[in-house]
Amino acid sequence: MKKTILSAAIGAAALGLASAASAATLDDVKAKGSVTCGVSAGIPGFSNPDDKGEWTGIDVDYCRGIAAAIFGDPTKAKFVPLSSKDRFPALQSGEVDVLTRNTTWTISRDTSLGFNFRTVNYYDGQGFIVKKGLNVKSALELSGAAVCVQTGTTTELNLADYFKTNNLQYNPVVFEKEADATTAYDAGRCDVYTTDQSGLYAIRLKMKNPDENMVLPEVISKEPLGPAVRQGDDKWFDIVSWVHYAMVNAEELGVTSKNVDEMKNSPNPDIKRMLGAEEGTKIGTDLGLTNEWAYNIVKHVGNYGEVFDRTVGPNSPLKIERGLNALWTKGGLQYAPPVR
Amino acid sequence: MAGMALNSDTPTSRKKASSLINDPKARGIFYQVLTLALLVLFVWTVTQNTIHNLQRANIASGFGFLDGRAGFDIGQSMIAYSSDSTYGRALIVGILNTLQVAVIGIITASILGFLIGIARLSRNWLIAKLAEVYVEVFRNIPPLLVIFFWYKGVISALPQARESFELPFSSYLNNRGLFLPKPVFGDGTWLLALALVVGIIATVFMARWAKQRQMRTGQPFHTVLVGVALIFGLPILAFLALGAPLTFDYPVAGRFNLTGGTVVGPEFMSLYLALSFYTAAFIAEIVRAGIKAVPKGQTEAANALGVRGSDITRLIVLPQALRIIIPPLTSQYLNLTKNSSLAVAVGFADVMAVGGTMLNQTGQAVEIVAIWVVIYLSISVTTAIFMNWFNARMALVER
Repeated sequence: MKKTILSAAIGAAALGLASAASAATLDDVKAKGSVTCGVSAGIPGFSNPDDKGEWTGIDVDYCRGIAAAIFGDPTKAKFVPLSSKDRFPALQSGEVDVLTRNTTWTISRDTSLGFNFRTVNYYDGQGFIVKKGLNVKSALELSGAAVCVQTGTTTELNLADYFKTNNLQYNPVVFEKEADATTAYDAGRCDVYTTDQSGLYAIRLKMKNPDENMVLPEVISKEPLGPAVRQGDDKWFDIVSWVHYAMVNAEELGVTSKNVDEMKNSPNPDIKRMLGAEEGTKIGTDLGLTNEWAYNIVKHVGNYGEVFDRTVGPNSPLKIERGLNALWTKGGLQYAPPVR
Repeated sequence: MAGMALNSDTPTSRKKASSLINDPKARGIFYQVLTLALLVLFVWTVTQNTIHNLQRANIASGFGFLDGRAGFDIGQSMIAYSSDSTYGRALIVGILNTLQVAVIGIITASILGFLIGIARLSRNWLIAKLAEVYVEVFRNIPPLLVIFFWYKGVISALPQARESFELPFSSYLNNRGLFLPKPVFGDGTWLLALALVVGIIATVFMARWAKQRQMRTGQPFHTVLVGVALIFGLPILAFLALGAPLTFDYPVAGRFNLTGGTVVGPEFMSLYLALSFYTAAFIAEIVRAGIKAVPKGQTEAANALGVRGSDITRLIVLPQALRIIIPPLTSQYLNLTKNSSLAVAVGFADVMAVGGTMLNQTGQAVEIVAIWVVIYLSISVTTAIFMNWFNARMALVER
């Protein structure tokens, strides 16, 4: 009995000690020489190790962008794969510096969990995937189905709400790991698997017979996915946010990883200012970084469009349309405040 | 004791302080107090540190979240539960599921374990060897692997819903579980329950009377046979007298799966089978050790007195063996209960899985870990108290 209480106490102490060390995240990151990002354990297009063991994906590249902004070196990013259940304690305790792990921005996560969200690097929505053999054309025909879902996600809650609102019965089969949930669906334990639409397309690729599965047309929720940091460190929050804004601004201004060196001499003052080529600029140092911060991001990782195309867009196996993630100038939602 | 003797020899004129330092009793108390003080200090520091850090990180704390709307559904529930229920109720669903698998698992593991333990002692070479192989296999692989074996190896390999195995009594088996007809009781069902209770009470009194009579006259009585007749016979008589008010809700093919009836899900089945099979191997060894520990002379003495073979086992060997078996058996029951937390691996909604979901939806890590500790501690302590009581009762027979 004593032992149990003791081990619980030691666990609590570890939590306390870890978060005590995280007051100024930027200093910690600079001291240890790398930024540690919490990522998912394997969602193609978002964060997934490729056949050479290298992490790839839009969330991973966000983290590399942060490393490039701070150190001028995208390889100084370390990745910690986290299940959806482990991700929040990992960020709270300081195990990771930032969570770039397709996490939906919700009010309760923003408040009671003690996190801060600001940028959305992927606008998503929840959908369903079913076997074509079932002849289901709409999610409204799913009454009585067994639904595989990952625990501890907004997906799980949206699922409950959607079936309740539409007065449909279902049998939830809940798994802790995404991989377990999808294998169970693939093995026929469930009729339906549900997660964010981007995830559905990604997971379809991993199935035994991808062509026998289809994504239903309904999108039942708003899932703004973005990075989360701990509350109480505004400087770090600013850096994480502006990495995304720099990438979106770069795309808007036509700056790519290929032309970024020439663009430093561009006549456009917006571009020069962003890339730190303006005389006497203090934008980068005010952020706590060097004036080359945005140049380094674009040079080493690319602008938002390049990253999107490479990880989830036309140059990836997922082939997802830009849709909501197009620039605001092209009818999408990606909009960044000016670098000025 | 030697120290005490030395102390009493020393003249009282010596300094009192030094005698106190040398007094082993005083020193013992001093060190105990010191240890306790350090422990209290440690726990207090840890608690303060945690509270301080939680406040600084702006993380909400406290147990108020238990009254909030859960918002998620649970696949397996013994009580009414929907996404509108509270987190507290979700937790109760989890606790009940844990208890369910633990209780049924303990019963199955005990029966299986006793059979295999006795089989290992069999004079039949094949039976003894088969039992030995069983014990060695299940004892030497981790329980998680046994769960996966059942879940991924056996139940996932069963046919899809449309090609279900048809079992007797309109039951079906497929990779979604075991579908059984659900009994629907008509009017007057409470009379059946009443008949059962009356039967049990009558059996208890009958057994007492039979024992007293045997003590007085030496005449044995068919206690078991009459007891079975009372416990099962009375409800059956009542059932027939009421005109058999029982119908069944049979599982039928639906849009996606079989509907109606009652279903035992693959998650529950694999966890239950794995825990039972795994723990049974340990119980078998305990049973074998217990029986082996009864001195051979006991059997020989009984033989010499002309006691019948079955009576030797029932009245002489087993009661003595049971006393040796019960304490280690308690540990196995506790192990089985704790191992049920592996349910999370196959998605069975036990208290660990439900708590994990709650942890994620609310972010109350410290509170939920504390709840887990308290729940498992309570279940284990209750089991241990019961088994200790049972053990004490059995031990009293000793002369």
